[in-house]
Order: sequence, then structure tokens, then C-alpha cells
Amino acid sequence: MNMLRLKNVTKSFGGQTAVNDVSLMLKGDGITGLVGPNGSGKTTLFHLITGFYTLDRGEIRYADRVISGRQPHTISRMGLVRTFQQTRALSFMSTLDNLLSAAPDQAGERPAHVFLHPVRVKREERKNREKAGKILEILNLGSVADNLAGNLSFGQQKLVELGRVLMARPKMILLDEPTAGINPTLIRQLTEVIRKLNSDGIKIFLIEHNMPFVAEICEEIFVMDSGKLIFHGTPIEARENDRVIDAYLGRENHAA
Amino acid sequence: MGYLMHIIIIALIYAIFAVSLNIELGFTGLYNFGHVAFFGIGAYTSALLSLAGMPVFLSMACGMAAAAAAGFLLAIPALRLSGDYFGIATLVFAEMVRLFFLNERWLTRGPMGIPGIPRPDCIGAGIASLPKFLLFSGLVAAAVFLIVRRLTTSPFGRVLKVVREDEFVAQALGKNVFSLKVKTVILGSLLAGLAGAMWAHYVTYISPADFTLTETILVLLCVVLGGRGTNWGPVLGAFLVIFSSESVRFLPIPSDLGRFVAPLQGMIYGAVLILIMLKRPGGIIPEHAG
Repeated sequence: MNMLRLKNVTKSFGGQTAVNDVSLMLKGDGITGLVGPNGSGKTTLFHLITGFYTLDRGEIRYADRVISGRQPHTISRMGLVRTFQQTRALSFMSTLDNLLSAAPDQAGERPAHVFLHPVRVKREERKNREKAGKILEILNLGSVADNLAGNLSFGQQKLVELGRVLMARPKMILLDEPTAGINPTLIRQLTEVIRKLNSDGIKIFLIEHNMPFVAEICEEIFVMDSGKLIFHGTPIEARENDRVIDAYLGRENHAA
Repeated sequence: MGYLMHIIIIALIYAIFAVSLNIELGFTGLYNFGHVAFFGIGAYTSALLSLAGMPVFLSMACGMAAAAAAGFLLAIPALRLSGDYFGIATLVFAEMVRLFFLNERWLTRGPMGIPGIPRPDCIGAGIASLPKFLLFSGLVAAAVFLIVRRLTTSPFGRVLKVVREDEFVAQALGKNVFSLKVKTVILGSLLAGLAGAMWAHYVTYISPADFTLTETILVLLCVVLGGRGTNWGPVLGAFLVIFSSESVRFLPIPSDLGRFVAPLQGMIYGAVLILIMLKRPGGIIPEHAG
């Protein structure tokens, strides 16, 4: 069962509780959103799920296994793959190499295999190149395959990041603000790609500030405020929920 | 002719040394400022074992193994440090190793050094053996070059670059960053040990003064000047650096000023290193054109 379950997850930095007793469950294969004002703990939550931060309290399970306390690369190998809020293209590598390096379980990444199983390494590499080529076409990056990723536009770098995630053959993708800083045309393209992935059976969990985008593609959303989970439901329900409105408009303003 | 062969042999040994550093610095992005320690461990281990009666080639293999083992032992704690701190740890490690050579006289004869290190029997001793030693170093350097090129052009080389570019991305993509770095340091140390062993059996006399920060800077210069992260860069860098430093001998420098030459050379290396970093960080053969 491809399911993510958080139980009483808490994380503090100094005296500041960034994530406060969050419990949530993601099931089904849909697209789930995680929204909330800046500093509400969304990205911290993603860091906790993917093992980049260790939690103070609580437990995270994925596919019926406890993943809290595991290394990020171990969690990634289980099929839970993330992107980052700031684009992190591998600047001094080509676009194609960016994608190729994301392929999982490469025999050729072990020095001994390079010499002992050259045929297998070569065959695998050929398959990965084919797959990367297809993904580059889907993302309209075919023409810049050999360019350094650092020389691409911001939007293209975001697509490269998504391309890498696709190469990684994930079961669930965590996207941290996929539409931040990119133009409407690219957002449309991104929406299509995310929908396509989802229809291929990959569960999507995304952080977003772009509400129209969230309303368009997410079936359910979670809302966080000051480290706490304050809402779970459909985007339409969220719009009429007092606590969500409070969180976004600010309590003082709303009261006045 | 003999002198030319001598310089080429030294350049080939330095090429191996530079290639070994480039795996760490150029591919994985590890700033190892103590690489000379592994060169020294290879040299001393191989020299002492061969003087104790072990066949030279077997001693060299042991020198490589000792350097690799030292690399592994350093890597485990030092790689838990990030970036600059790793560099400082390696720098200190190299100084510790040098002080060990200097002070453990029962083993290393301290500052007197170790004279009379044998060359392999099939190569022989003295000037007459130069062509054979040249052939030997050429073959070893070529083998090292080909093996390293094979590795760096494979997916292994690519994943090392991912670690260099962004450790977080590497982790998010399921790469075991720590293990990849450890492998890099072991491989780099192994080959530095080989270069050190070759050096010991070639010059036949080693002392702690041969393994100082100056040598680390020299090999760093070879890598950066030639082009880090490329396969030919360190080789070209080693030849340029060794040939230009040897050519100083032919300059008409009055003998009164001779004592200034060595310190001045060190300053020039440093200045060239800084200049390349500023003006042409990719080196003569940059990893990426443009």
C-alpha cells in the first residue's frame, strides 16, 4: 500500500516549534496539496518526511514501514522522491547528465561493476539514455540536452528538476513550490506533466502558494499555520473555513 | 639525455599523483589539502618493506594498501565535516604524518631519512637503469590514466559530479553521499600511495622534508593548472609544472643568489595558483568550454 502516515510529528529549532504535533495520512493516488502562510512549517515538514531533518517526536510511516530516522538516500530509494524549493539544477553538468544521474540502482555507479560487468553497465546506460531522451522531449528540453544546466533559464531549470524526479522512478513525489517564479505558459505545461504523472499512478504531494493552481489540480489539501495542521478537506471547503481564512488574513485583522 | 629521462620520470610520477588528487578535488569536489600524506605513506611503507627484504613490486603494493587504509581511516571521521573543515582536517592530518616520519626514529630514522632504497631487480640500479625506469613509469602512468578515465567516464564518475555539484540533490536522488566520498578518498589515497612508492624507489632516498605542504601545493597546482575534473588536465599540469620548475636550473642565476631560488619558487607556485583560480578557474583544459 502506497501510503504516507505521520503521527504526532514535532520539530523545534531552539525555542521555535516549526512543526507542532502534526498527524496526517495520505492515501489513494490523487494529488494532495499542502498550503499555509510563509513560515507555517510546510517545507520543514517535507524535510522531515524525506529524512533531511530528524524529528524530535512522532513517527512517519511510508508503505507500512517506519521511515523516520532513516537517511535521505534510503527514503528516496524506497520511492519517495522530492524536489527543492530553490531550484537545484546541477549547474556544471549537462541537462542530459542531470537526468541520467537520477536513474536509480545504476550498476555503473559502483566502481567494481564498471570493470567486472561492463556489458551490463553499458546496456543499462543505453536504456537510461533512451528514457532520459523521452523525458526531455515531454519537457520540451530536447534541444538543450547537451547544454550546461546552469545556463538554462530559471523555468527550464525547474523542468530539469522535475525531469530528474521522473528518471528516479518514484512512487510518490513531494514537490516544494513547483510553480514559484515561473511564467503562466510554463505553469500550464507543468500542470499537464504533473497530471500525466499522477495518471500513471504516482502519488503527488505538493507545497504551493499559487491558490488557483492548487484549486485546479488538488483533490484534497492540508493547511498548516504556525506549525500546526489546521485543516484537511477539498480546496473549495478550505475557502469557506474560518480557521483557514484566519490564518491567511491574520487574526487581528479578521476580528476587527 | 639522461637528464631529460629523469625529468620525464618525475613528471610521470607527478602525473599519477595529480590524477589521484583530481579524483577527489575535480570530480567529487573534496578539497584535500593533505594529499601529500598518502604519497608519503606509500613512499615510506614501500621503502621500509623493500629494505627489509620484500620484493620491490610487492612492497609497492603494500605501500598502496597502507595509503588506502590511511585514507579510509581519515575519511571516516573527516568526511563528517563539511567543506572547508574537511580541508583543515586533511591539512592537519598531513602534518601529523610528517611529524610521525620525523620523530619515530626507530622506524623512519627521523630527519636522516632512508637512503639506499632499492629499485626493482628487473630494472637495476644507477644511470644505466633510467630507460627501463622510464618505461616502467610510463606503463604505470598509462595504466592509472586508463583505469581512472574508465571510472570517471562511467556512471560512477557522473554520480561523483552530482555529489560535487549538490549533496542535497544527490541524497534526494537516493545516492549514498558519504559512501561515495569514502570511496573517492580511498581511491585517491591508493593512487597517491602508488605515486609515492614509485618516487621512493626512483629517487632511492626519502626524508620527512620531501612530504611537506609545499608538495601538496605543487600537486594542487598541477591539477588546477591543467584543468580539474578532466582526465588530461592533471597530466598536462604535471608535465608543465615539473618541466618549468626543472628549467629553473638552467637560468643564469649567480651562485650568491642561489639560496633565494627555492623559496622564490614556492612563492611563484602560490602566485600562479591564485592567478589561475581568479582568471581561469577551469585551467588550461577546462571541463566545460566557454
